[in-house]
Amino acid sequence: MTPTHHPAEDFLVAYAAGTLPEASSLIVATHMALCPDCRAEVRRLEALGGALLADMPEAPVADDLLASIFAQLESPQPKVGPIGGDGGLGVAVARRPAKASARTVIPEPLRGYLGCDLDGVRWSKVIRGVDEVSVPCGPAGGGAGPKVRLMRIRAGTAMPRHTHGGSELTLVLSGGFSDETGHFLRGDFVATDGSVDHQPVADDDADCICLAVTDAPLRLTGPLGRLINPFVSF
Amino acid sequence: MDRKPTDQVEVDRLNALLLRVARQDRQAFVALFHHFAPRLKSFLQKMGADAGAAEEIIQDVMVSVWRRAESFDPTLATASTWIFAIARNRRIDRLRQERRPEVDPDDPALVPDPEDPADRALLLEEESERLHRAIRLLPPEQADLLRMAYFEDKAHSAIATERNLPLGTVKSRLRLALARLRKVLGEEQ
Repeated sequence: MTPTHHPAEDFLVAYAAGTLPEASSLIVATHMALCPDCRAEVRRLEALGGALLADMPEAPVADDLLASIFAQLESPQPKVGPIGGDGGLGVAVARRPAKASARTVIPEPLRGYLGCDLDGVRWSKVIRGVDEVSVPCGPAGGGAGPKVRLMRIRAGTAMPRHTHGGSELTLVLSGGFSDETGHFLRGDFVATDGSVDHQPVADDDADCICLAVTDAPLRLTGPLGRLINPFVSF
Repeated sequence: MDRKPTDQVEVDRLNALLLRVARQDRQAFVALFHHFAPRLKSFLQKMGADAGAAEEIIQDVMVSVWRRAESFDPTLATASTWIFAIARNRRIDRLRQERRPEVDPDDPALVPDPEDPADRALLLEEESERLHRAIRLLPPEQADLLRMAYFEDKAHSAIATERNLPLGTVKSRLRLALARLRKVLGEEQ
């Protein structure tokens, strides 16, 4: 089964071009691991990048650049840091070791960022029925950038009704949830912003595990939510 | 339109050079350098690198090309696309100091592609030929925005401000350009 809700075209263009920030790239690439259609689309967009590069005007480079390159090639090779998988083009420098089996739930590249599969996650409780773990992402592992979190909503649990100060990107990794806009299952990608006031409810049959990237805190809008908002940093 | 009948010849020539680099052929490497370094430089400068940073990244890219040419597979990408992807990743690494999250094609959790068409290499060659032609045939205002979206690290809203266009126009022109290109390439399935 492949996902039915995909990132908008701008996300895929920015991802292929390399202009999408790391946190958004992480959720887009993890969706791609579950979505052959979006992988094919990004391959086409990368081919477009290659064609645009081929059409670039030529700018002169320093006379000694080639010599510096040969000098570097002849010096011992420094150890390279892990920068994820190779996306199928074989261009990444190295791949981090990632334990995986046929039962692995969390795909790369997310699994590498988490450092473990779902069974190794150490959850912290947010509110009753909702747990989270933050995913280190970005230059200094977070900082002022967007928040990247794995969320677990217990089967049948309704999240507090909320809206968003900024944008929220959600990717379902296990189970499913519904809100006013639809029903979402493994691999589905949902983008919401301040115009959406919603109350996601996890499916009854299993816990719902989602990756969430938010660039501003959620604002709880239900009567109970308004009460607990000051205490809960979603 | 300056459609060059030699596009395909050029793609084949560059692919052949990169395959020779995989066999440690220094002459082929020098030829690839002379072809790509000046194009990479204008690409990286358009993406916001100054001349010095651009040349440092080119050095990085060409070192990666030499060391990783073995993993180049002309049935997956043309030389130009392969080098574009390396440059994109090196730029993210160097200028933004971020990692580039990518799919791992060998991950057991990956949902696999539907069966590959057997003549994928041929398909790719035809596609790249048509793609080159289609880009040159885009209306100038669409081609302009496409280049900005690709080569300038800017949000659509920033492009809109710079071009003095409503955001909706920027988005719809980009969408039109991509729809045209997609039609040319044909959906894979």
